[in-house]
Amino acid sequence: MLRACLRGANATARNNFGKTRLTNLQHCRHYTAGETSGGGAAKVVAAGLVTVGGGIGGTILYAKWDNKFRAAVENNVPYSDWLLGLALGPPSPKSGLPIKKQELAQPPSMMDKQTNVSKAKSEKKVKEAAESPASEMSPVPIQPAQSIEEASAEATHIISAISEVTSVPAPCDTEGAAVKEEYKDCHEHQDTSVTAAVHPDTESPTATEPLKERPVEEVAAILAQQDQEEQDIATSVSASLEESLTSSAKATLQAIGAQEAALQAITRHTLKLKEAMEAEVPPQEKSAQWKDLEAALADRTGAVNDAETALSKANEALDSLKSVIDKSKGLKVSAVRPLVLAAEENLHNMVVDLDKVVTKVHSAESEAKIVSQYSELVNEAKQQFQREVSSLTPEIQANWKGLTGKLSSDDLNALIAHAHRRIDQLNRELAEQRVREQIHIDAALEQQKLEDQKALEKAVSTALQHIKEEARLEQERKLSELREVMEAEMRTQLRRQAAAHTDHVRDVLKVQEQELRVDAEQVLSSKMLEQETRYRQLSQEQLDNFTLDMNTAYARLKGMEEAIDSHVVAEEEARKAHQLWLSVEALNYTLKTANADIPTVPLEGAAQAVRDSCHDSDFALALSSALPEESLHRGVYSEASLRARFNSLRSLARRVALIDESHNSLYQYFLSYLQAALLFEEKQEAPPAQLCSEDLDPFKLLSYASYCLEHGDLELAAKLVNQLRGEARRVVEDWLTEARLTLETRQVVSLLSAYANAVGLGTTQAP
Amino acid sequence: MSEKELGKKWDRCLADSAIKLGTGLGLGIVFSVLFFKRHTWPISFGSGVGLGMAYANCQNDLRSHYLQKIAASE
Repeated sequence: MLRACLRGANATARNNFGKTRLTNLQHCRHYTAGETSGGGAAKVVAAGLVTVGGGIGGTILYAKWDNKFRAAVENNVPYSDWLLGLALGPPSPKSGLPIKKQELAQPPSMMDKQTNVSKAKSEKKVKEAAESPASEMSPVPIQPAQSIEEASAEATHIISAISEVTSVPAPCDTEGAAVKEEYKDCHEHQDTSVTAAVHPDTESPTATEPLKERPVEEVAAILAQQDQEEQDIATSVSASLEESLTSSAKATLQAIGAQEAALQAITRHTLKLKEAMEAEVPPQEKSAQWKDLEAALADRTGAVNDAETALSKANEALDSLKSVIDKSKGLKVSAVRPLVLAAEENLHNMVVDLDKVVTKVHSAESEAKIVSQYSELVNEAKQQFQREVSSLTPEIQANWKGLTGKLSSDDLNALIAHAHRRIDQLNRELAEQRVREQIHIDAALEQQKLEDQKALEKAVSTALQHIKEEARLEQERKLSELREVMEAEMRTQLRRQAAAHTDHVRDVLKVQEQELRVDAEQVLSSKMLEQETRYRQLSQEQLDNFTLDMNTAYARLKGMEEAIDSHVVAEEEARKAHQLWLSVEALNYTLKTANADIPTVPLEGAAQAVRDSCHDSDFALALSSALPEESLHRGVYSEASLRARFNSLRSLARRVALIDESHNSLYQYFLSYLQAALLFEEKQEAPPAQLCSEDLDPFKLLSYASYCLEHGDLELAAKLVNQLRGEARRVVEDWLTEARLTLETRQVVSLLSAYANAVGLGTTQAP
Repeated sequence: MSEKELGKKWDRCLADSAIKLGTGLGLGIVFSVLFFKRHTWPISFGSGVGLGMAYANCQNDLRSHYLQKIAASE
C-alpha cells in the first residue's frame, strides 16, 4: 500500500500535479497541531457559541427590518427560511417593487374617484335642491366606489343607465343629466340629445316628454279627427236639438191648443152665464140652462186644468230645450251655431205664442171673473130677497113663483107692502148710487187703471223680454252671417295663397328638374365613358391574355422538349450511378470477408472496379486512389480481430507501463511488473468527453480503450491508445497501424458508398 | 508484430541469462575445483559474474531501442 502511494505520488509528480495532495497533507498536519490544551478549550468553545448566537440573532433582526436581506438569506442559506419563519412569522405580502408601485397607483385613482363623487354630489345638490330623488340617488354613486373595479363597474352601470334615461323620459331625466356631466368624455352625441332634453325639462317641474314638431301626417290626421269629432258633435247636437225642439213644439202646441180650448170654454161659460143672468126664459128651460151652465163650468174647470198641465209640460219642455241649447252653446263648435240659432228662434217663437195665448186666457178669465162676480151679486141679491120673503112668509117655502094660487090676501098685502118698501129702499139706493156714481166710477176707474197698469207692466215686461230676445237673436243671426262672410273671405284669401304657393312650388320644381336633369346627364356621360374605357380595357386584357397563353404554351413545349432530353441524360447518369453504387457495394462486401486473424482479401480488384465505374467523377477517383496501399495489396483486419488482439495487448501494455526512455533498467521492469500485478483498474471504463491530464495514466487509457472497443468505437479506441507513451506505445505500435489502416479503408469506403448513394438518389427520378 | 518483440526479448534474455549463469557456475565450479581448493567463493563469484553479465545483457537488450545510435560512418 505504501508503495502504491509512492507510485501514485511519483506518477502525479511526473505529470506536475502533486501539489494538491501535498497541501492536503500539510493541512492535516496544521489541523492536528491546533488542538493543544484542554482548559482553554472551554473558553474557546464558549466564545465560539456566543459569536455564533450573536451572528444568528443579528441576522434575524436585520432580516426582520430588511425584507430584501431576508429573501437573500433564504435563497442562499438552506433551512434559513424555516428558521426565519419560526422567528419572524411568514414574510409579509408587501414585499417587492411591483406591488409597491401598484399601491402607489391605487391611491391616486381612489382620490380621483372621490373627487368625482364629491363633484357629482355638489352638482346634484346645486341643480336639484328641491327634488327628492336627488337625495335618494346621491348616496348610491358614493357607496360602491370602494375599489377601481367596482368603480368601473359603476361607471358602466351609470353609462348604461344614461342610455336608458334618454329613451325613457322618466322623472329621473334631470338626474341623468347631472350624472352625465361627469362622464362627458364617454358619449358626446348622447350628451347633445340629453342636454337638449334637459332644458325643456328644467322649465317644467313635472317632466314631460321633450316637445318635438309633429309631422304633417299627424297634423292632418289630428285635423281630420277633429273635424270628425266636430261633425259627430254637430250631428249629435242637432239630433238632440231636433228632438227637444219637436218635443217642446209638441208640448207647446198641445199647451196652446189646451189654452185655446180653455179660452173657448171660458168664453162659452161666461156667455152662458150672461145668458143665464139676463135672459128671461121659461122656467122649464131654466133648469136646462142651469145644467148647461154647470156643464159649461165643469168644462171650463177641466179645460183650465188641462191647459195648466199642458202649460207646465210646455214650460218643462221649453226649459229642457233651453238647457240643451245652453249646453250646445257651451260646446263652442262652429257648425252647431246655426242650428242653435234656429233652435233659439223656435224657442222664442214658441215662448211668444205661449205667452200670447196665456195672456188671452188671462183676459178671458178676468172677464169671466167680472161676469161671475156680477152673477154672484145677482145671486146674492136674489137670495137676500128670498130670505126676506121667506122671513115675511115663513110658511111659504122656496119656489114661490109657482105658488100664485095658494097665497092669501094678507100675505099678498104684506108682500106688496114689503115690495113697496123695497122699491123705496131701492129708489133711495139708486139716488144714492147716482150721486155716488162718479165717485164709484172714479174708484172703479182707479182700480181699473191699477189693474191696467199692472197688466201693462206685465205686458211691457213680457214684450221687453220678447224684444230683447228678438234683438239677441237678431244679433246672433247677424253675427253668424258676418262669420260666414268672414269665412268666405278667408277662404278666398287662402285660396289665393294656395294658388301663390302652387305657383312657387311649380317654379321651384321646374328649377329642380333642370338641375336634376343636368346632374343625370352628367352621371350618364361619366358612366358611358367608364363603360367605354372598361370595354377597351377588357378587350386589351383579352388580347394580352391570349399572347400570354401562347407564350406559356410555347415555353412549356420548349420545357417539355428539354425535359425529355434531360430525361435521357438523367437515365444515362442513373445507369452510371447504379454502376458506381454496385461497385462500391462490392468493395463494401470485400471488407466483410475478413475472418478472425485473417485479413480481408486484397481490395485491389474491387477498387479497380470502382475506378472503372467512375471515370468522370474526380471525387470518386480521388477517393478510390486514397485507399491505402496495404489494404489494396494485403487487405485489412476486421474489427473483431483487432479487438481480440487488443485484449492480449492490454496485459502486455500494463506490464510495461512504467518503462520509457529514462526508466528502462531491469529494476524498472521489475517494478513495472509488480505494479501491473498489484494495480487493479476497471476492466472497461467509459471515457469522458474531454481527457484531462489525470486520464493519461496508461491503465486508465487502456480501460477506456477496452470500453470503446467493446462498444464498437475503434476510432476512439485508437485515439486513446495513441496517447500511450514509452514502451507501452512501442508494444501497441503495430496494432495501432493496423487499426489505422482499417479505419482509413473503412472511411474511404463509407465515403464512396455515401457518394454513390447520393449520386444514385440524385439521379433517381421521383415517380 | 510489435507486441511480440518484448516476448522475444524476454526469451533471449532468459536464454542468455540461463547460459551465462550456467557457464559462470560451471566455470566457477571448474575453477573452484581446479585452482581454488574447493572453496565456494569461486562458484558464487562465477555465478555472480554470469548473473551480472546476463543482467547487463538483458538490460541492454531491453534498452536497446532507446539508445541513440550513431549512424555508422562509412
